[in-house]
Amino acid sequence: MSAISIKKLNKFYDSNHVIRDASIEIESNSFTVLVGPSGCGKSTILRMIAGLEDVDSGTISIDGNVVNSLHPKERGIAMVFQSYALYPHMTVFDNIGFGLRLEGQRKHEIEAGVSEAARILKIEDLLDRKPRQLSGGQRQRVAIGRAITRKPKVFLFDEPLSNLDAALRVQMRVELAKLHDQLDATMLYVTHDQTEAMTMADKIIVLDKGEVSQAGAPLELYNSPKNSFVASFIGSPTMNFLKARAVAVTKGSVTIKLLDDLELKIANGDTAVSVDDELTLGVRPENLSLVQAPKAHCTGKVSVVEQLGSQTFLYLETADGPLILEADGSTKIKVGDLAPISFDVKRCHLFNKHHQKI
Amino acid sequence: MKQTVSLAPFASPFAGHVEMSKFRKFLPPFLLLSPSIVLLLTFVHIPAIHTIYLSFFSTPKGRRPSKFKGLENYQDMIADPVFWKVLGNNVIYAITTIPASIIIALIMAQLVNSALPGRPFLRFSFFLPVVLPLIAVGNIWLFFYLPGFGLIDQIGSLFGLPNTNILGSSETVLWGIVGVSIWKESGFYMIFFLAALQGIPRDLKEAAYIEGASNWQIFRRITLPLITPTILFISVIATINAFIRIEHLFSMTQGGPNYNSALLLYYLYENAFVFWDTAYAIAQSVFLIVLLSIIGIGQIFLMDRRVHYQ
Repeated sequence: MSAISIKKLNKFYDSNHVIRDASIEIESNSFTVLVGPSGCGKSTILRMIAGLEDVDSGTISIDGNVVNSLHPKERGIAMVFQSYALYPHMTVFDNIGFGLRLEGQRKHEIEAGVSEAARILKIEDLLDRKPRQLSGGQRQRVAIGRAITRKPKVFLFDEPLSNLDAALRVQMRVELAKLHDQLDATMLYVTHDQTEAMTMADKIIVLDKGEVSQAGAPLELYNSPKNSFVASFIGSPTMNFLKARAVAVTKGSVTIKLLDDLELKIANGDTAVSVDDELTLGVRPENLSLVQAPKAHCTGKVSVVEQLGSQTFLYLETADGPLILEADGSTKIKVGDLAPISFDVKRCHLFNKHHQKI
Repeated sequence: MKQTVSLAPFASPFAGHVEMSKFRKFLPPFLLLSPSIVLLLTFVHIPAIHTIYLSFFSTPKGRRPSKFKGLENYQDMIADPVFWKVLGNNVIYAITTIPASIIIALIMAQLVNSALPGRPFLRFSFFLPVVLPLIAVGNIWLFFYLPGFGLIDQIGSLFGLPNTNILGSSETVLWGIVGVSIWKESGFYMIFFLAALQGIPRDLKEAAYIEGASNWQIFRRITLPLITPTILFISVIATINAFIRIEHLFSMTQGGPNYNSALLLYYLYENAFVFWDTAYAIAQSVFLIVLLSIIGIGQIFLMDRRVHYQ
């Protein structure tokens, strides 16, 4: 059963239509990531689920109950804010126990709840401190601790790692994933960082201008993006896009011609394509390779070499347009060299002029 | 510290040099502070100390120069029943206007900080009394209080209430003054509260809201603790104002009837510039300075433990 089921959700700010007919299913106990560029409406959806924003049309159900008009505390959710939103005048103990205190729980129940959360997050020795005496990572834990004590059905995370430095972010990513296993709870996580989405999610929902662009498992989105937006958003460095034209269509494949008359035969399903259609060829950096000259599809002049150790990214200028190619870490190629390039035609994507995958 | 360390290679074993380096260390900050120090000394501290000195002398009159009287001026003050009456008035005036104007200011700030329709108009109307001079405010309220024709009696007559003479009667005149002060000061304090409220991140209130806090609980447990520095600041300002803002007395009651609406500074003014008993007025000034210092310092010490600084 879905923990959260959103149907035909719409939201307007004045005349801005910020969420357009969004329908989302979030499975119980899953770690689902809402991802998209800034301004795509991902935080708005999260805030609507939390009950901080009104729903203009559509329904939000949590555990089968429509919650559109319920108070946040009746929805069974807990939220972790980007800023952590810790109460600066309270100790860590009081911050974590605030919700329990509001529920009118007894002192020993509050103490039990707080120490349970502190134990899970390993912050037992910080309980007497004020938030300003904590580091970013510790504040983050306290904010999560505050969510845990309320034993919610759904945890909502609003870009919780974006205020942390890079190293800590990687560490917290692992810890959040562990926490998800440990608590066995449904988590909905909003981020603009596709790496966070890829590494943590069971399911990714990509939003584009208030619409759900595609939803699915991380590798499903990576390997078979439905449109060029998802193709470009997921994966780093981003997918290469080249202008192309269909020159021959057979069952199961399309032959395309690139700008410099290079012809490639690309495997394709049975979506309608006709000869002379304007298309876009999408190919990921790792599906391009450096080969010996006779086997090459084309050559490109190396303009930038990015060496990451385990792999090297080459920025190439070709007659078909700019390309990024992933070579292995030991490549000796230098800026200004001419690189012979080969396309892995089994792993190329074709998009029509409406940016949909064909 | 850093400077001393960097000078170390040049330091000689002679003590004179150590003195020199200390002097060098303190000279630049002292020079930078000196304009404010000079201004403060000239216009605040030296006159204040001079006032204390003068309070031990008699009032100079024509051919009779002032002579040392010791504590006589203070003894006169303690023996003066009008002084005690006026001080009593001022205490009542302070303990009513300060809490009332702070609470009203906080309520108004909350109102104009929420998403109400017509918010700019509300802000404007709450702030309007602040830009009016207090002496003009006194004049306006004089008309409100006018027996028979004033706004208050006009409204009262709609409900069949009898005419009032708020400023003319000994029992009510002080309350008439208190009302004017609250009306005038609340808008000013509102601005500070509004700034403080807007400094509270929205996330905090949202987090509390999600955790099930009611509006009152959010106010009591989140908002109020976070604006305590502003409350302390305003209560100190308001205390000082309760003793030094007396312009409305000039346009409304001249302290009457029978000193029932006179405040300390008004009585001091009268002694100094109406009766020309400057020595007595100076003694009262010293009393006022000491009183305000004690209250101000006391407020800061008393409230400091409860104030949360970010």
